[in-house]
Amino acid sequence: MPMSFDIVLRHATGENSIAIDHHSDASLVAITGPSGCGKTTALNCVAGLITPQFAQISVNGRTLIDSERNVSLPAESRRCGYIFQDARLFPHLRVSANLAYGMRMRGAAHTDVDHAAVIDVLGIGGLADRWPATLSGGEIRRVAIARALMSGPEFLLLDEPLSSLDKARGEEVLGMIERIHSQLSVPMLYVSHDPAEVARLTQTIIKLG
Amino acid sequence: MITPLEWSIIGLSLKVSLVAITLTLPLAYGLAWLLARRRFPGRFLLDALVHLPLVVPPVVTGWLLLVLLGRNGPIGSILLDWLGVTLVFHWTGAAVAAAVMALPLMVRAMRLSIDAVDRKLVGAARTLGASPWHAFRTITLPLSLPGILAGAVLGFARSLGEFGATITFASNIPGQTRTLPLAIYTSLQVPGAEGVVTRLAIISIVLSLAALLASEWLVRRTSGGNAHVL
Repeated sequence: MPMSFDIVLRHATGENSIAIDHHSDASLVAITGPSGCGKTTALNCVAGLITPQFAQISVNGRTLIDSERNVSLPAESRRCGYIFQDARLFPHLRVSANLAYGMRMRGAAHTDVDHAAVIDVLGIGGLADRWPATLSGGEIRRVAIARALMSGPEFLLLDEPLSSLDKARGEEVLGMIERIHSQLSVPMLYVSHDPAEVARLTQTIIKLG
Repeated sequence: MITPLEWSIIGLSLKVSLVAITLTLPLAYGLAWLLARRRFPGRFLLDALVHLPLVVPPVVTGWLLLVLLGRNGPIGSILLDWLGVTLVFHWTGAAVAAAVMALPLMVRAMRLSIDAVDRKLVGAARTLGASPWHAFRTITLPLSLPGILAGAVLGFARSLGEFGATITFASNIPGQTRTLPLAIYTSLQVPGAEGVVTRLAIISIVLSLAALLASEWLVRRTSGGNAHVL
């Protein structure tokens, strides 16, 4: 039985150095630590947006990068759903086209995500024709989550998904993440600096910094 | 009103400028992308080389073209021997001169717009399964479209006004290389041709303004009203 997350990561940048050794079956793993300790950098290494100095990372037994064997899948082949802290919706595409972007790329999705259900659960049915610039902070966050889910990811990376949301909105999004986690069997790496938020989601925690 | 001869001058000018811009556009965008997104040895040299026609007297640029692309030049002799093409004294030579002079302005405008495209969006596209090429086509290219149009219009206007390099390299031959500015200059040398000069000058202004307004309209339309050239 392969582990959901097998992560060995060494990466030193100017001000901080990241060292992670994590092997677990937990389907939701939190990464915590003070700001600037490299939480986002760690996610970027898993996503393939940064090439770490040394890494052996597999998710569900699938190797994403192995510095020892000189293997490194390009970002587009890692099949991760990355929910960025700054959402990164494409400003020149309407919500519907943003949602379709990843779907079109990966035709046959690994996880059978029911698109209608995602749109329903996240409550974004009425936003399809809107431009990202006209959305509220909460709407942007929900569209970003939907876009990642609908790309049929094999695992999710969530970078402070509750930041820049007020308490009520944050509670709402957190509820959705819990629902997504219980309904889809997609492993998640969840970055947060808030211990209470993390405690609510999981016991498996990687502490950085 | 406008005489048949003047119409042919307008037609020649438009042909020279449109050919110059159309051929330069992909090259200018490629250079702009390289300079904006890549770090490589010789980058500063390439940057300087692209900008050279902007800072060197146009007559010198024309002379350099003559040296390189003239019938005995290192490139010109190859063109003549292999393809039977002569650029000197020919409208294609005027187009080459216009293209070289327009290139720095086009690269500058496009580079600014590529710089303005958030690289993080490209990263997001990659995580959604887009190859680098697909991410470029669907994210960087459309988001830098206002800069492409602005660069094309600037280049077009610069081409329409090209004088020094053209007259030096391609000469001032009626019907071949006598574009609007050269025709205006020639008419100024002839006593009693003030009417022609005035008409050609007004036509030059109208053409440049029309190009500017057309690009503004295009940019607004393509960006959903979020961007503009002016």
